[in-house]
Amino acid sequence: MKITPELIVFAMLAGPAALGAVGVVASKSAVRSALCLVFNFFLLAFLYFSLNMELLGISQIMVYAGAIMVLFVFVIMLLNPKLLEEKRDLKRPIGLLFGFVLFGLLASQILPATINVDAAPVVNQVGSPQLIGDALFTSYVFPFEVVSILLLVGVVGSVFLAKKRTP
Amino acid sequence: MDWLHSLNPTIQDVLSAFGRAILAIIPIFAPVPFIIWYERRLLSWMQDRIGPNRTGNITFSRTSKVVPGFLRGKKFKLFGLAQSMADGLKLFLKEDIMPDKTDRFLFILAPLIALFVALTLGCTIPYGGDTRFTPVADVNIGLLYILAISSLGAYSTVLAGYSSNNKYSLLGGLRASAQLISYELAMGVSLAAMVMTTGSLKMTDIVNAQAQPLFGEISFLHNWNILTPMGFISAVVFFICMLAETNRPPFDLPEAENELVAGYHTEYSTKRWGLFMMAEYMAMFTFSMVFATVFLGGYQLPIRWDALAPLENSYLMGLVVMLFKGAVGLSVYIWVRATFPRLRYDQLMNLGWRFLLPLAVANLMITATWIFATKVYSPTAGWITGIVLYAILFFVWAMVRHRAKKLEPQYRSRSVNMVSSNRRTVEVVSNKEATS
Repeated sequence: MKITPELIVFAMLAGPAALGAVGVVASKSAVRSALCLVFNFFLLAFLYFSLNMELLGISQIMVYAGAIMVLFVFVIMLLNPKLLEEKRDLKRPIGLLFGFVLFGLLASQILPATINVDAAPVVNQVGSPQLIGDALFTSYVFPFEVVSILLLVGVVGSVFLAKKRTP
Repeated sequence: MDWLHSLNPTIQDVLSAFGRAILAIIPIFAPVPFIIWYERRLLSWMQDRIGPNRTGNITFSRTSKVVPGFLRGKKFKLFGLAQSMADGLKLFLKEDIMPDKTDRFLFILAPLIALFVALTLGCTIPYGGDTRFTPVADVNIGLLYILAISSLGAYSTVLAGYSSNNKYSLLGGLRASAQLISYELAMGVSLAAMVMTTGSLKMTDIVNAQAQPLFGEISFLHNWNILTPMGFISAVVFFICMLAETNRPPFDLPEAENELVAGYHTEYSTKRWGLFMMAEYMAMFTFSMVFATVFLGGYQLPIRWDALAPLENSYLMGLVVMLFKGAVGLSVYIWVRATFPRLRYDQLMNLGWRFLLPLAVANLMITATWIFATKVYSPTAGWITGIVLYAILFFVWAMVRHRAKKLEPQYRSRSVNMVSSNRRTVEVVSNKEATS
């Protein structure tokens, strides 16, 4: 395989990201797992940057690394789980099976591309906020509104759950 | 990755990028000792104290033969400016204690994250009109970049609190994460209104959009966002969120010295504690700069005059103006610290979720309606629409507040009732101003 600048950049970003993903499952403490996931998300954002997707990448950092994972860490710290001793049960073989299936799926997509390296042409400025906004509020305005209603349902549901039930 | 092939950097490009990075970090990094001195002095002045004003003074003897004649009896005053250096030296020479049962890796990582956030926040801020020097990266997502980086700042406090293996620290970390998440929302929404008015996320575009005459009419003033109605409301919301994001009083719940020993950095000593402190002051300064860029017209002088245009667009003048505006932001920070008592935890959550966020969202909607009316009909129609909507918003707010005061007297009581069985549940405020 010819070593191209793209490959070097991709390896610098994707290798640590994959290691972080391994760390999520491998590390003993829950907080370390969450932090490995943060690391993974952070590098994923840089992968998006390398594909000219600035808005997607920065949203990844802001939403996942900055908000959702902080909440995860918050909850983990609040509950402070002890180091879990894994019980031998059916979960592990089933999980391994699913993992291998997923690995096969991804590999079937990746392998053909690696045999003859032919990077997909990227439209310049594809990730600019203007283009995304145009697409979002013209062609895809209905799905956008549906998603907003879904989020509203989530907010209402969480408020309903958080309210004390007065018997 | 087309950009990788189109990259063909000459040595000049590399050097200029390096210079841009240096020029972005030095104005943030270098003033830190001065900022600390300034805060202590200003706070002392506000509290009728004297503060550090003696460090570094040299008084030569009047009678000694060792002192040359022209120096006898002379006194060199530094106004206590050496205090920060003395503090730094003291921090460096003290013993570094790391508790035994800490999570060592995270313990070391936490202050580094704080420093990283403080230093990289300003990378998209233009310090001057000369685009060769500023900003470091003029990306088309400048504001989002600032929001994203500042949201990473929560990790420093949370990890410091968690890894210290100390109850007080853990409480500080928990409070920090709750507070930062709550106030980021209102911050983002208030900035979104400004993105609407200026029409871009690029910082340079935001500054240029504010170079127009005020309201399109008054020619001797810039159209700074803080001078427009929606911009003013956004600026107030953003400033309060700024205080909360940098853990400054009155939002210093994570550090609350009189409840938690020192909050999340209880177990930190010497250099690492110094890193936290430096990061805090740098973040204050950078946030002041962000505030100046988005609301105070960036590197523009306060008066709009064509003769000043070349002066405005030079790097040095822009830097001076930006530093001055940052100093104004810092002064307000210190002023607020000297004025307000710390919020209680429930007051903090109420302010963030039940006042600032609805206000910012309503402001966003009104801004959208205003721009719509302006573009479709005329600026006058936009003004009328906006003012009417703001009046409706104020009316709704007064009504809701009146009801809340009637229903929930415990919010006005000074007694703390954190856990009580008979406490009323929080009413869901219907979003009336949104539908009007």
